[in-house]
Formats: sequence, C-alpha cells, structure tokens
Amino acid sequence: MSMPQQTPVSPPFIAFSPSRISAMVLRYWYLLRSSWPRLLELIYWPAVQMLMWGFLQLYISENAGFFAKAGGTFIGAVLLWDILFRGQLGFSISFLEEMWARNMGNLMMSPLRPAEFLGALMVMSIIRLAIGMVPVTLLAMGFFNFNLYGLGFALAVFFLNLILTSWAVGILVSGIVLRNGMGAESMAWTIMFLLLPLTCVYYPVAILPVWLQWVAWLLPPTYVFEGMRALLIEHTFRADLMLWAFGLNVLYFIAAIIAFLALLRSARTVGSLMQVGE
Amino acid sequence: MPPADAAISLDHVVKNYAGGMAVKGVSFAVAKGSVTALLGGNGAGKTTTIAMIMGLVTPTSGKVHVLGEHIPRHRHRVLHRMNFESPYVDMPMRLTVRQNLTVFGKLYGVPDVKQRIADLGAQFNLNDFLDRPTGKLSAGQKTRVSLAKALLNHPEILLLDEPTASLDPDTADWVRGELERYRTERGATILLASHNMGEVERLCDRVIMMKRGEIVDDGSPETLLARYDRETLEEVFLDIARDRRQAQDVTS
Repeated sequence: MSMPQQTPVSPPFIAFSPSRISAMVLRYWYLLRSSWPRLLELIYWPAVQMLMWGFLQLYISENAGFFAKAGGTFIGAVLLWDILFRGQLGFSISFLEEMWARNMGNLMMSPLRPAEFLGALMVMSIIRLAIGMVPVTLLAMGFFNFNLYGLGFALAVFFLNLILTSWAVGILVSGIVLRNGMGAESMAWTIMFLLLPLTCVYYPVAILPVWLQWVAWLLPPTYVFEGMRALLIEHTFRADLMLWAFGLNVLYFIAAIIAFLALLRSARTVGSLMQVGE
Repeated sequence: MPPADAAISLDHVVKNYAGGMAVKGVSFAVAKGSVTALLGGNGAGKTTTIAMIMGLVTPTSGKVHVLGEHIPRHRHRVLHRMNFESPYVDMPMRLTVRQNLTVFGKLYGVPDVKQRIADLGAQFNLNDFLDRPTGKLSAGQKTRVSLAKALLNHPEILLLDEPTASLDPDTADWVRGELERYRTERGATILLASHNMGEVERLCDRVIMMKRGEIVDDGSPETLLARYDRETLEEVFLDIARDRRQAQDVTS
C-alpha cells in the first residue's frame, strides 16, 4: 500500500454545542415536514377534546348556577391538560422516532452528548405543542369565546410549570425505553394518564379522599389546575401555588435527568444500545 | 498507558452479558494509519469489540483507549474524530439522502456541510438520488450513502462492520477501492469486521482472528498464510473455525 499523503484534520472538540442541538431539531423538522398526517395528528386530538369539553361546559352552565359563574374552567382545564400531555408526548415521540428508525446507534456513536439530545427533544416538544395548540386555542375563542391568552402572565407561569413536568416525565420514559427497549414503548403513551385523576384537572383537590390529597399535592400540575380554578372562579392569582409547583418541578426535573443518565449508563453496560428493537 | 503510536488499544478487555462472556480478556493495539481486520465466525465477539471501541458498550473490565483517550469515560473527546459504517445500522428512512447527510454533518461539526455533501455526492455518485428518501434506495445505493456519512468528518479512525455485506461484486469492489483511496489520501486508521476474506487480503495490513471471545491468532495476511501453510485466508479462517489445523511456527 502507498503511504498516506496527508494527515486527517478533524473539527475541534466542543463540550456542549448548540449547533448539535439545532442539527437534531432540523432532523425532526425534516421528518415532520415530510408527512402531512403527522402534522394533522398534532391538531386533531386537542381539537376534538376541546370541542367535546367546551360543549359539555356550555350545556352544564345553562343548567347549573355554579357552572354559569365558573366560565371556562373546563375549557381552560382541557387546554392546560393538553399542554402537559402533548408536551410529554411531543418529547417522547421525537425520541421514539429514533428507536423506530433504528438510528439510535448512529446518534450514540456520534459526538452528540446526552444533554444536547435532551435539549433537542425539549425544543421539539415546544414546536410540536405550538403546532397543535395554537390553532386549538383559536378554535376555543371562536366556538366558546374563551381566550386562553387573556390569562396573560398567569398563562406563562402555568405553561412553564406544566412543560417542566412534561419534560421530566418524557426524560424518565426515554431513559426507561433506552434501557429496556421497545417493550417499554407503551409507557410513553400511557404514563401521563395516571396524572389525569391525581392532579385534579377537572375538579378541586378537596374532592379526593384525604390520603389521596397528600399524593395529589406531591404533583406539580395539581397546583397549576388549582391555580387556574382560583383565577377563573375567584379571579385570584395564587403565586404561592405556582412557587410550590416550580419548586417540585425543579426537584423532579433534576431527578429525571439523574435517572436518565443512570439508565443510559446501564444500557451501555447490558448492551441494549446495540439492540434498539424489541 | 496505551502505546504512543496506537490509534486504538485494548488492554485485557472483558465483556460479560447475562447470557455469558462475549469477550474474554482481549488485548491488542492498532497502529495509526494501518488497516486491521477483525475476523471470526458469528458470536466470535467482533461486533461487541467494535461497540466497546465506539463507546456503545461498556467493558466489564479492562481498558479501551482511542487516540489516547479512555473509552467510554472520555469518548466525547474523540468521537468527532471517528466514524462508523455498517449495513446493519440504518439511517432515518423518511429523510432524503441530502437531509441525512446535512444532519450528520452538523452533528460532527463539519465546517461547510453543503460543500462537503457536494464533494461526497460527486465522489460516491450520489447526485442522482440526493433528494430521494433514504428508505427508497437500493442496498448498493444505501451502502454508498452510509459510506459517505462515515467519511463526512474526514475521520482519523474509521470502524467498519461488514462494509460490503449484501452488495453485488461490482459495488463491493467499488467500495473497497474507495476505502483504499481514503486510507491512502488521508492516512486514516481503519478497523473492519468482515466475513469476506478476499476483501481482507486486499485491504488489510493485519488480521486479528477471534473465536468465542478470544484472540486466537494475529498477524499480516502473508504471515497467517505461511503459519497455516495455506493459499488463501478463507482456508486459514476455516482451519481456525473448525479447529482443523494448528498454526506452525513460521520461523522454523
């Protein structure tokens, strides 16, 4: 064999690279763009849910005095629940796309770091959420005269708390799927429904048995839904509830990242990154 | 410490899985700029060994170093200087070839990705299908795309897992030619696992034979042929795989 003519020149090592995050976001954007059913799906279910609960609220409010005063609590709850649920789903589906495409090996052998991968999934969760939720909030204005954006600063705080919870759950589920393979995929679709009764989306915490109320108050979205009801029914912004939610979210978010890294380490130990299928 | 001139070094590397020991205390060093083959039958431990070098699998014990960095602890210091190609690892099927190469180019920090894709498109004859979804390509076209992806970042170390598996002889020959050219032009280190003995004889300076997780022989193709008194590496491979003949001391 002849002697080499030149020494390879590689790009420099970069410990944390926003451009690698943008590369992954670009990858998911290409994917979304390539399939109109994928885009339609983002809007379809939130719209169906919002319409169903909206009409139900309309019916009840015309027949019960309390609900006549509690304008928009059901629609507000459904929209905030969708932020929580679709935020996690948007995160998890982007992650699962890599598993379905059997592309995880390529990514794990590339310079992409776990923090960058998670960062890209978070950005995608917001993009997918925006595509799905913005048209639905406009529909809510048109059909039920409910303006979610009218909540102003409170909406921003609600959103921050809900999206943090959704990411914490998404990160944990992704770690479990990495470690255990596609057999754990169903968790990505179902885990959030456990929070639906416990976080009191459609009713006050006081309705729960006392022992279950303790569980509910351990979950950050409970504070958000209670805060939303306080705002819509009593016209009071409960900053104390939001601070509690944020504190718990920080704890759970850190715990989820630690769990993800431990599960990834375990996946490297048991060799499950080499078998990304079932 | 790994040898100074080694691009890759493994020191008593063991990998245990729940089902048993996949790699049993393997040690070897691959010199910079060399082309080395890992040969062995199914279950010999080749893929696990390559996966440990890439940091995809953590050794149970022993040390793996790549370009002087400890893997997997510091793999991120060197992953941008390496790349990998295997017909068994897919690229996203729904993305076009250009989109896939763009994403991986950005992941590897390639400075001018557009220009690099244009260069690789010309070099690997990808231009006719650069804007076609990767899932709609033939096996040969996919291999060319995978190889282009593997060379996007001008890797100093290229790991190949059966680079010509399931290719027709013409395409396989073309791939080997491109690998030879890359090695010659860039002085890269190549470690490949293959079942194609003709490919190994043509490309490799050195052959490491593995069996049931252990290295059973190691040398240049010529040395191995002499040691087993055979005409082809395929015969040597069969001797080892079937325990047919013991190696002879070539110096005797």
